Amino acid sequence: MKIDSIKNGIVIDHITAGKAMQLYHMLELERLECRVAILQNVPSRKMGKKDIIKIDSDISINTDMIGFVSPNATINVIRSDSIVEKKQVELPRRLVNIIRCKNPRCITTTEQEIDHIFELCDGGRYRCFYCETRAN
Amino acid sequence: MRNIINILDLSVEEINELIRTADDMMENPDRYREVCRHKILATLFFEPSTRTRLSFESAMLSLGGQVLGFSEAGSSSAAKGESISDTVEVVSGYSDIIVMRHPKEGAPLVASMHSTVPIINAGDGGHYHPTQTLADLLTIHHEKGRFENLTVGLCGDLKFGRTVHSLIEAMSRYSGVRFVLISPEELKLPSFIKEEYLDGKGIEYQESTSLDAVMGDLDILYMTRVQKERFFNEEDYLRLKDTYILTTDKMKLARPDMIVMHPLPRVNEISTAVDKDPRACYFRQTYYGKMMRMALIMMLLEVTV
Repeated sequence: MKIDSIKNGIVIDHITAGKAMQLYHMLELERLECRVAILQNVPSRKMGKKDIIKIDSDISINTDMIGFVSPNATINVIRSDSIVEKKQVELPRRLVNIIRCKNPRCITTTEQEIDHIFELCDGGRYRCFYCETRAN
Repeated sequence: MRNIINILDLSVEEINELIRTADDMMENPDRYREVCRHKILATLFFEPSTRTRLSFESAMLSLGGQVLGFSEAGSSSAAKGESISDTVEVVSGYSDIIVMRHPKEGAPLVASMHSTVPIINAGDGGHYHPTQTLADLLTIHHEKGRFENLTVGLCGDLKFGRTVHSLIEAMSRYSGVRFVLISPEELKLPSFIKEEYLDGKGIEYQESTSLDAVMGDLDILYMTRVQKERFFNEEDYLRLKDTYILTTDKMKLARPDMIVMHPLPRVNEISTAVDKDPRACYFRQTYYGKMMRMALIMMLLEVTV
């Protein structure tokens, strides 16, 4: 299987296998008009298998969201066929408006226009900033 | 400007200072009669409460201050759909300090992000109730004389019981404290509290579904009510509400110096016959609560005698 290389754009590499589609939807890549390729279960020496997303446009993307979904992912920024920047994402300390609290008693269920905030706690888990309910 | 959302917003030293102030208030009430003159306390109670609201109002009036507010969401602008942030922006212009109770967890934290005056959390859903914990701590200080090396039995609704969560957090800061968690399976202490405040700090605890089996081990028995308002399903509430009832017979199994505490109101989880037992200190606990609320109001308003 061959996917064309991109001239200017972004490659999200080393995505945990099986997570690319989730990330595609969370990053709202379906709204883009440029070419987007999703590669699933690509053989990887480091990971056994991995997913990759190639975006044929130099857009701004939410790295916190990528870190939350796949903390080992890397982001390669491509310009004129060359990698000009390589970023290793990590679990973000704070997630803002990425996930929503599932606790029906949480204030975020009723307060208007409130940011949905989760904070990273011990053990790499996230808890709602307001009610401290753990994210699934 | 300080807000008290969680008991851990107060250091151990600050709690000791509040206890010293409360002790002095009990000995010399006249010294404090005017310290909050011209200050206004707003009580925003979006959920019914008698005890906590009256305790705060009595505390502020005893300090010479004034009070305003509402006692249920239906009589407030919340019934018209106003947000917490808007309500607090407005009320902080009318008052010097705000006390808030709200059924939604995290509501007082949201309020503190929009207020220009101190916010005190008077209970947010099943989350926290720090001033009840201050009442509990003064009770323990007076009745047991120490915080260290105590076996504390927490009985009843440990899942939604916010007073229990706050008390565990507060007591986990003292050495030699051991907890006995007595509840039905469905109302066990949430795992995040066990992990963070007990396992995480290496604090010894035991879980039991039987009160009788552990009664003789306890220095303190903290009873709680199974709260109807926390259940989405009436059937579950009816099934669980009478799991533990403290009777004079059960009290015979307890140590002679064990104390019984309860945040009140009680429904039927403590038989009224137990009230006469000198070990029952839940009514004294309400008085201690008022004293600690007075001390806290003074601290947050930065007033001194």
